[in-house]
Amino acid sequence: MQKTLRKYFAFFALPTFAAFTIAFIIPFIMGVYLSFTEFTTVSDARWVGFSNYTKIFTESRDFINALWFTIRFTIVSVISINVLAFLLALLLTKKIKGTNIFRTIFFMPNLIGGIVLGYIWQLIINGVLIKFGVDITFDAKYGFWGLVILMNWQMIGYMMIIYIAGIQNLPGDVLEAARIDGANAFQTLGRVTIPLLMPSITICSFLTLTNSFKLFDQNFALTGGAPGKETQMLALDIYNTFYGRTGYEGVGQAKAVIFFIFVAVIAGVQLVLTRSKEVEQ
Amino acid sequence: MERTKTNPVIFTLLIIISLIFIAPVIIVLINSFKGQFYISDTPFKLPTDKTFVKLINYTNGIQKIKFFSAFFYSLFITVFSVCGILFFTSMTAWYIIRCKNKVSNLLYYLFVFSMIVPFQMVMFTMSKIANVMRLDNPLGIIVIYIGFGSGLSIFMFSGFIKSIPLDIEEAATIDGCNPIQTFFRIILPILKPTAITVGILNAMWIWNDYLLPYLVIGNKYKTIPIAVQYLQGGYGSRDMGALMSMLILSIIPIIIFYLSCQKHIIKGVVAGSVKG
Repeated sequence: MQKTLRKYFAFFALPTFAAFTIAFIIPFIMGVYLSFTEFTTVSDARWVGFSNYTKIFTESRDFINALWFTIRFTIVSVISINVLAFLLALLLTKKIKGTNIFRTIFFMPNLIGGIVLGYIWQLIINGVLIKFGVDITFDAKYGFWGLVILMNWQMIGYMMIIYIAGIQNLPGDVLEAARIDGANAFQTLGRVTIPLLMPSITICSFLTLTNSFKLFDQNFALTGGAPGKETQMLALDIYNTFYGRTGYEGVGQAKAVIFFIFVAVIAGVQLVLTRSKEVEQ
Repeated sequence: MERTKTNPVIFTLLIIISLIFIAPVIIVLINSFKGQFYISDTPFKLPTDKTFVKLINYTNGIQKIKFFSAFFYSLFITVFSVCGILFFTSMTAWYIIRCKNKVSNLLYYLFVFSMIVPFQMVMFTMSKIANVMRLDNPLGIIVIYIGFGSGLSIFMFSGFIKSIPLDIEEAATIDGCNPIQTFFRIILPILKPTAITVGILNAMWIWNDYLLPYLVIGNKYKTIPIAVQYLQGGYGSRDMGALMSMLILSIIPIIIFYLSCQKHIIKGVVAGSVKG
């Protein structure tokens, strides 16, 4: 069958591959090339070597600031989302009435788009801050915690579902054995449940990690980077470099390449970690 | 024997947390009925006789951002992109898995590679190419979505196709089916559960996507996220009432979709969590 199938490349694979080439392969290769050039319209690209890359770090501190803000935001979100989602999952696996309704409610915010989420929380956070005579753009720390709260609201339900699936698949005999051996609830949680849930914890940590690291829409709508550029995350900084100032498209593209390398490294670490876990089991 | 007995403390706690989760949407809903100058300062107050404006915010908002045309564009682009993605990537995934050679291997790795590339890496060049190739319209953007969405979709279809026993296809071949007949009559029906998952993941992504449609078609055609962002306008000039009502109108379709196929959505999103 393989041999006959091979002749059908044009039918089965060509349409997808053509769209993939237009939407991904060509833009990606051009993107890498353009990061080494100065351009405004692509056709006027002029080779400048690594100067865009050095400009990122020498001309302004925007990128470093955005990177630092993104890292802090990512660490706080990953920890808070996973801890809260895990606690909720524990509560919802205690055979409570109406578990399904609770699950439905907690998961709902995950479906709402980033732009809409940003404006919902802008209203609420500004509504609280106005009592103190300020708004979210007054100080970077308001924007920071605003983003953290927004991200928690959006992602807790999603991670909770993954943890619930993990908890429900725990081997009952092991938990039974722990109880017979006289372990109390905290000992069972720390010594049995959490170690057995490591695969779920890895998935959720990386999911929240990449989602927080690549965040754009929520950042764009909630603070837009204000005050100044203090709450600007990496994706928004790249966007503003491209479209905020003419003549800086090459620098923007170079930032995008660095951003891509960060994301690729995270994905690589995740792959290695999940692979090694699979071997153990 | 364990009995199902609800712990009242945990139950109350869960009710409180649920209220916290719903509150933001309810607050926006309440404010969507208040006059635009009474929203920013006192968002947590219920409308009074003085501040209640009936549906004025809704009629204003719908006019200002042409909500129904935005809804139509969002729906059109989402439905046809998802159908296109399902149709084309399921075929390609089957071909890649069943026809093992260097070319199909390379293709597979290229598709998987595209999943980890952030949109910012290609946003500028992609929107230029879309412009040059005249794909900057609601029909053309479907091609872009099929191309950009193919990585995850092919990855998920391939994972499932690997588990389908070859015997079925071999039997079909012996019975005289050519590969096209084999795929559409035998394989496609088996792929249905995966197709639902892939469809839901892509639908949620495309419906909520802001930056890609903004850069490719945003000047002429506004989808819902673009229209909502457009309402923001310049500083000081924005109509909070219209914003509130449009936030509500953009959430309603999502909630209807969610409540009508909740099981599939939750299952699909969890299955898609491999994307990373």
